[in-house]
Formats: sequence, C-alpha cells, structure tokens
Amino acid sequence: MTSEPAHMNPARSFQGLILTLQRYWAEQGCVILQPYDMEVGAGTFHPATTLRALGPRPWRAAYVQPSRRPKDGRYGENPNRLQHYYQFQVILKPNPPNLQDLYLGSLKAIGIDTALHDIRFVEDDWESPTLGAWGLGWECWCDGMEVSQFTYFQQVAGFECSPVAGELTYGLERLAMYLQGVESIYDLNFNGLDGDQKVTYGEVFLQAEQEYSRHNFEYADTEMLFRHFRDAEAACRKYLADGEPKAGSNDNRHLMALPAYDQCIKASHMFNLLDARGVISVTERQSYILRVRELAKACGAAWLKTEGGGVAA
Amino acid sequence: MPDLLLELFSEEIPARMQRRAAEDLKKLVTDALVERGFLYEGAKAFATPRRLALHIAGLPVKGQDVREERKGPRVGSPEGAIQGFLKGAGLTSIEQAKIESDPKKGEFYVAIIEKPGRSTPDVLAEIIPAIVKNFPWPKSMRWGAASAEPGSLRWVRPLHSIVCTFGPETEDPEIVRFEVDGIATGDVTQGHRFLAPGEIRVKRFDDYAPALERAKVVIDTDRRKDMILHDAKDLAFAQGLELIEDEGLLEEVAGLVEWPVVLMGSFDEAFLDIPPEVIRTTIRANQKCFVLKHPGNSSPLVGEAGRGVLAPSSESAAPIPPSPTLPHKGGEGSSALANKFILVSNLVASDGGKTIVGGNERVVRARLSDAKFFWETDKKVKLEDRLEKLKSIVFHEKLGTQYERVERIAALAKELAPIVGADPALAERAARLAKADLVTEMVGEFPELQGLMGRYYASLQGEHASVAAAVEEHYKPLGPSDRVPTDSVSVAVALADKIDTLVGFWAIDEKPTGSKDPYALRRAALGVIRLVLENNIRLNFASNPLRADATILIFARLLQVAHLYRNGQLAAFKRIGEQFEGRTFPANDSFDVNTLTGTPVYGAETIFVGHRAGEIKLRSGSLEIETYNFELVGRFSSLAEIQADLLSFFADRLKVYLRDQGARHDLIDAVFALEGQDDLLMIVRRVEALGRFLDTEDGRNLLAGYRRAANILRIEEKKDGRSYSEAPDLQVVNDQGQIEEKALAVVLAKAKEEAAAAVESEDFEGAMRALSRLRQPVDSFFDKVTVNAEDPALRANRLRLLNDIREATRTVADFSRIEG
Repeated sequence: MTSEPAHMNPARSFQGLILTLQRYWAEQGCVILQPYDMEVGAGTFHPATTLRALGPRPWRAAYVQPSRRPKDGRYGENPNRLQHYYQFQVILKPNPPNLQDLYLGSLKAIGIDTALHDIRFVEDDWESPTLGAWGLGWECWCDGMEVSQFTYFQQVAGFECSPVAGELTYGLERLAMYLQGVESIYDLNFNGLDGDQKVTYGEVFLQAEQEYSRHNFEYADTEMLFRHFRDAEAACRKYLADGEPKAGSNDNRHLMALPAYDQCIKASHMFNLLDARGVISVTERQSYILRVRELAKACGAAWLKTEGGGVAA
Repeated sequence: MPDLLLELFSEEIPARMQRRAAEDLKKLVTDALVERGFLYEGAKAFATPRRLALHIAGLPVKGQDVREERKGPRVGSPEGAIQGFLKGAGLTSIEQAKIESDPKKGEFYVAIIEKPGRSTPDVLAEIIPAIVKNFPWPKSMRWGAASAEPGSLRWVRPLHSIVCTFGPETEDPEIVRFEVDGIATGDVTQGHRFLAPGEIRVKRFDDYAPALERAKVVIDTDRRKDMILHDAKDLAFAQGLELIEDEGLLEEVAGLVEWPVVLMGSFDEAFLDIPPEVIRTTIRANQKCFVLKHPGNSSPLVGEAGRGVLAPSSESAAPIPPSPTLPHKGGEGSSALANKFILVSNLVASDGGKTIVGGNERVVRARLSDAKFFWETDKKVKLEDRLEKLKSIVFHEKLGTQYERVERIAALAKELAPIVGADPALAERAARLAKADLVTEMVGEFPELQGLMGRYYASLQGEHASVAAAVEEHYKPLGPSDRVPTDSVSVAVALADKIDTLVGFWAIDEKPTGSKDPYALRRAALGVIRLVLENNIRLNFASNPLRADATILIFARLLQVAHLYRNGQLAAFKRIGEQFEGRTFPANDSFDVNTLTGTPVYGAETIFVGHRAGEIKLRSGSLEIETYNFELVGRFSSLAEIQADLLSFFADRLKVYLRDQGARHDLIDAVFALEGQDDLLMIVRRVEALGRFLDTEDGRNLLAGYRRAANILRIEEKKDGRSYSEAPDLQVVNDQGQIEEKALAVVLAKAKEEAAAAVESEDFEGAMRALSRLRQPVDSFFDKVTVNAEDPALRANRLRLLNDIREATRTVADFSRIEG
C-alpha cells in the first residue's frame, strides 16, 4: 500500500478503490471472489452470500458484484442513477466482535480520515422479500451521505442464520464520486490516469446505460421474459427434486442446490425486467415476489442438506 | 447510602428507541428491587447511541433481616418428632432451640430462624441478567459466534460490555459480578468512538458522568437536545436567520450523536424556487437537517403542509402505523426559507468541520436537484391528465383502484355540495383532482407531501382557489387536534372522501376491532363528525332511501355496491332490491336507480338496469349491458345491516368525541336512546340543552319527580302484571280527581304539546323550558295525591298520569339513562 503509484490511489481511481478494498479484506482473511456470472439485483444474491450465510460453517469472502436494477436506468441522463452498477460485498460468518472497527479500517484504507469526516451508523433494517431474508444494521453515513450498508443477517431463505453473518455492502460509484469529488458518475476517473490515458466511467458505461435503458423500458421481449420466468421456475423445482437424496441411500445430501439456485436468480432477474417494462400489475407483483421467495426458500433448504450447508461429507 | 451504576454498552442503538429503552431499563430494575423489598432514594436512566445507563441512588447495603419463630414438639417428644423439627428448622442440635411453655401445651421447643437480609449485590446479580435477557426492544437480534447456539442473547445491536458497580461514596464500590451470555461485568467503558477512543475505568455515577463528558460523551439526551437547539439558534442568529424548530427531528438527531457539533451549510439560492415544504421535507427526511428562514417575511406560497391520509404511501389502503408522527404545524412555510441548513455532526473535526459541511452540502445539492427536477417535471402535466394513471393504483384489493375511488368521491362530493353550501361543479372538480398528485414524481418520492403538492399544481394550472384548497384539505382533519376545513368545497370533498372510505370498508367487513384500526376508520369517522359539527352541517345519515332527498349514506352505499358488483369481487347482499325496502320489483324488471334518487348513481353514465336474485345488470353508457353474478359473502346479509352497523359505529365515535369535549356520557346515552337519532348536529344540540337544563333547579327537581313517577310505575306495573301506557282519562280526573291532579293533567298536556313543537322546530332550549313548567305541579301531585287510591279506576288513571310524565320527558331525552 505504501509505495503504490498515484494512479492507484482510491481517491482518484475507481479501480484503485476496488483494488484497495479487495486488498484490505484479503488482509482480514477473506476469500476474494470474482463476480458471480449471472445477472443479479444486488451482491447479496451471489451464492457466496445467500447460501453461505446458511449453515454452521465459518465463511469469509469479499467480491465486487455488478448489479442490475432495470428500473433504475435513466438513459444515461441522471448523474446519480444507473441500471448497472457495482457493489462491493463483504460477508463474515460468524461476524467477528470487532466488525464495526474492521469496517472503519476499510474506510481508512480508502482514504477516509475519521478525524475529518463524520461517520455515523444510522438505523436501517434490511429486508429482501424475494430472498425471504432480513437483518438488522445501519446505513453508514459519511458526512451525511450513505456510503455502505451494514447488516447482521438474522434470516435467509426463511431459515434462521446460526451463526449470524455480518454483511457489508459498499456502493462503489457513490463512494468513488465522493472520494474523487465529482458530481456525475460518468465523470469518475476509472483508471486514475491523466490526459489521454485517462478513462472515465462514462467512456466505459455510458453507452451501455443508454442501450440497456432502451431495452429495459421499451424493447425487452415481454412474452419471452414471461416464458423464461416460468422456465426458470420449473427448472429450479426440477433440479431441486432431482437433487434430493435418493430413498434408501446412505448419502442423505442434496446434490444440486447450486444449479437450482441459479434458476432462482434467473427468475428474479426476469421479474425485475418485466417489472421495469411495466407489464406486472400491482396485485400480480406481490405474487411474483412470492413465487421467487418460494424458490429461494426451497434452495436454502436444499443447501442446508449439502456439505457447504454443514452436512458431514 | 450506596449507589448502583449500570451501563450496557453496545453498537449503535436506533435513535427512535433510545428514550423508551432507558425508561424501560429504569422501570424494570427498580420494580424488581422494590418487589424484593429494596427501596431506593432516586433513579435516573440515560441513553446515547452506544449505551444505556442507569443510576440508582440510596440503595441499602443489604435487605432486611427476617426473624421467624417456629413452634416445635413438646419437650420429651419421641426422637423422630424432634429430628423432624430440627431438620425443618435447619438446626443441628436441639440445644439450639429455645424452650417455652404455655398452660395448654406445657413445655415445647421453639426454633428461632434468622434469615439475614441478602446482600444487595447478590440481588442485583440475580435480577439484572434476567432483565437484560428479556429486554423489551421493539426489534432485537443475535450476533457473533454465540449465535450458533439456540437461545443466545438478543439485544438491539451487539452488546459489548456491562459496567455494574455498587457501593457507598466513601469507599471504592465493588463490581457486581455476573455474566450475561459470556459478557462479564466490569468497571470499564468507552468514550466517544472517534474523539476519545479507549477504555475508561469508572467507579460510580459521580465520576462516570464527568469521565464520559471528558471523553466527549454527553449521556443525557435532553442535555444533548439543549446543546443542539442552543447552538443551532446561535448559528442562525449570527446569520440573521431563524431556525425552524422541529421537535421530532431534534429528538432524532440527539439520538444520533454522543457529542453534538452543530454546523451550518448552504445551498444554491436557485433551489428556493421549489416550494418550501418540499425543501424542508427533503432536507429533513434524507439528511436529518434543520432548515432556516428569514425572520418576519411572509410566504408567497401555500401556508400549511398537507399530511398523509390513509397510508404512509397513501397510494394504497395499506395498513398505517399506529401513530403517524409528522408533527409540524404552522411555522413552516410561513416565512421565506433561507438557502441555509443546520446539520448536527458527531465530531469535532480537525479542519473545523469544513469537510463535513462540504460533504453534506453535496448531498443536499443532489437531493434538491432531484426535487427541482420533480417539481419542474410535474408542472408540465395537468392534474386531470394524470387521472388515467390512477387506474394502475390499487386502493384496496376489494375496493378497486384510486381511479374508481375518485369517480365515487366526485359523484358524492357533487351530491353533498348543496347540503354544505358549496358549488356542486367546484366540489366535483376538486374531488376529481384530489388524488391526482399521487402519481406525481414529487409525491412518489415524498408521500407525506400528498395533497399539498396537489394544491400547488392545481393553483399553478389556474384552478379556482377553493378547488386548489380542497385538493389539499380534503384529507383533513387527520386527528383530534388537526384543523377542520371551513371552505365549503373542501368540506364537501373531505366528507365524500371519508364517507367513501367508511362505507367501503364496512361493505367488505374490514372494520376496526379492539386496538386494531389499520385503515384509520375511527379517525375517518371522527373526521366526519368534526366536519359536520364544526361547520354546523345538517346531514341526515339514515333517512329513507326512497325519499327524494335520498341522503348521504344510502347514496354512498349505492355507489359502493355498483362498484363492487362491477368488479365482480364482492357480493355482500342477497338481493339488490333489498335496498329499496318497502317497494317491490319484479325479478326481471329493469329499473333505473336514477328515478329513485333523482341523480346519477355511478359516474354520469352508468346505471343499474336490472336485478334478480344472484344477478345484477349494469348499463355503461348507452349500449353495453353487463351482467354480474354474485353470492352472499361476509358477515352482513343486507345493506340495512351494514347501515345499522355503521351508524352505531358513528354513534360510538360521537360519544367518544362528546366525552372528550367534556359532555356527560349519561346525557349522551339519554339522547341516543331516543328513536331515529341520525343527525349529528341535532344530537349534540340536544345533549347541550339537556345538560344546561339539568344544571337548573327546575331541571333537577323535574328529574327527581320523573324518578319518583318511574319508580312507582315500575313497582305497580310489576305488581299488576300490566302497563299503564294509555292516555289518562280526563273525565275521571275531572270527576274524581283532586285539585293537584287536575292541575297536573292540564300542564302535562300543554307541556307535551309545547315540548314536541319546540323539538320539531329544533328549539331544544324551548323544549326544556316547556318541561320545566311540570316541576311545580309534579311536586304538588306527589305531596298531596295518593297514587294507590282505593278506587281501582282512580288508581289506574293516576298511574297513567305518572306514565304521562315519563312520556313528556321522552320528547327531549330518555330520563332513565340520566345518572347522578
């Protein structure tokens, strides 16, 4: 950290921010994972959080997760809103007693000096209806701005977390905007370099924001999406059934919790797209959320019957 | 006497829970002590974001000794009895027992059992862990490695350490030793997270509070509030501005800091184009900052902020939280806002707060940019062009969309307009626009601005001032202390809104039960009551539906029924014809409801065209005929039943209201006991007149006379097994009666007639005056006349006279319900 080149400084480089957080949490013993290779609405959906939060096995991981919220697209015209953005996710199970201090350490690592900045933990109870999950914690404020969410998971997929995991989620773009002192996401310096070597966030993502906004709000094939939702739901159920321990076998482990969960993730994203297209009525909305939750619960139950979920090999 | 110091140190406790938690801690610990016989001199509890603390002064060192004498067997009893006695009394040898004697029993053993009082620390170590484990947090959680096991400790956020010391001032207090789920007590706490990190050793409260203060922690919430308010006012004053005070926000921010540091930031003046309420709401809700105003100037804009109706997000009839806490009244917006705000940080920053202010200004800027964008965007679309969008907002699953609701309210408001003295066209227009702001960007972002934004947008698009006002005010009154609208257009729409809500939820049998009133129906009913009474409106709630002036409730019900059937969602009624009791309709005959009420029932174009058991036909426009089948669901079997139930709900709310106004509950009952009390205003007038009458000597004496008459009648009627409700025979009175009896009969006839006439012309004072003339003849009658005369005819007639007294009083109230 000491002899890093200036363009790696998290205060001037978006990727420098990511790398600094990865390094910091690697030092705390986290497994540094890469993003999950599926479309998700938040870092929490990554099986490294959702499923690993269940069962007794200790687990420490950190990763960047590209997150898609089709409804939040603004055709690249709003300086603060994106339909695709990055979350930095940390999960520690069980949560260490000094998790707040570790979090403050990570802020220090990215250059937030607590002698200058007003850091506050403001009540924020987290709930994900689609994942059947909830926890208590805070929004972490830096000078009046929410820069992270801090949650002690109490329940995931309808199951009590025992032990409880601590989850930290950093909104990377917002944090970087503050560190770099820019007013628009698209003005973020991505690589920290200057002059013609400088690459901005806009150069990387503006076109994508415009195109995906068009897609999400206007063109996404709703008939196909409805079909994909049903297919994913059916596939999830099928893999869950197929992976059940066979009657009479000595092995009572579930064999396909992860592939089934992928389908749950897929169904959730299909729902988000349909929602953005405005083709799901208010009353239907609730029932779609419930359908995804049922899948998530069934996947959680299956996971608890796997090695990762704590069953002896 | 010694003191207890208890501190529970945790991660950040939600601001809204701190005060209550401190009070709970104090109550639980002191109650448990008192229950065990430990009295104390004083107790005070404190809360900061990271700790709950309790100081109990003047506790005894130990509990009271208890001495008990236990009688044993006679001296010389068998060994078995002696041993049993020793064991029971906890003695090791019979030498330890005393010997006493009495004449009957002779000599016998007595054991003196002395239980020394338990030491206070022991008792504390017993009660505190149980209190911590079962602490009544509104929401609590598990954490850490311990949470792998079932039954692990729950606290609002992870609990880190416990300080618990006990002892007198003169000595070093001792640590009260106990453990809660692996957390052992000690005498070490922590200072401010950033300003004074590190451990602090404490002895007792006297050094705990100052030590924390040196470590930048103010433990007393009220002191933090005072500091914030004082500094905020100072900062404002220095800039020639005035702080807009906000008690709710003050309480909250005081719960977010251990060491308040008040700073001032500013924003671009260009944002002041946005309505002041919006600026304030944005800055308050998102940033927890205070806004400032220029002293004295009056606002160019609307004066009062609108507040939520049914639900927090009001777009649906979702259950509302029990106590809506949006406390601002007046003040706000009454002067021009300044482009400054006050923030409360938790840090004495090394740069004097420059960075903190800069960061907050950034966020405020971003938020106000959003708000400005919403404001500018919203202004581009007329309110009436938004109505279509209301079709996608479900008000309640069984009661349809906001669009349908608006249709009903508009029709009802138009009907109500003449009754409340409003222009029907304006009332209908206002009702039609009343909910349109629900689909504006601004209200989408800040639901608490509903109504108010509608008023702004209505004014900007050039609506009549009464229409614009009604868009905001139709939600009012929101509670017992909220202002009641007086503009007749507002009154019409406000009544229509509430009546539609009440009738709708009654029709689907979603009434308040016990403490549960998720749709705030009691509030709606109280709203109707206050609107009616405070504006002196004559609204007959239960008149005959067949009357040409078919009134409110029936009308609203028809709208409701039409809607419900149209959606095929509800069928609470056997036959649609039941609403028109007293008239029969051939099962397949078409009829036009308009001919009954003289007004369109459902919107302008939709009418019922037919009915038969289990089926209703609806014509929409000129051609389409739809048929809906229905079946009986829910508790109610007829409209009449719903009507009766809703009316009795109104009666109950009115009683509550009148009682709160200080009226005697028995007088209210006395009036309600009369038939056909369905006009709120007349009920209240009658109760008032009755109260005044009973305060006079005539009133009190007449009541006494009434009771005497009623008592005699009750006894005699029971004895005879018959009633004497016929009119007295005046011939008998004249021929055989005494002079007092004759006088009474004459005055009675006159008083009854006058009282009835006065009631008819709604002159309740006059009716009471008429009755007061009965006093003297009634008194003389009882003085001089023996009711139980030997002549049976005379006796019967005298009883009828008594009955006539009872009847006469019934013209104004049922005197039997009057107490005292």
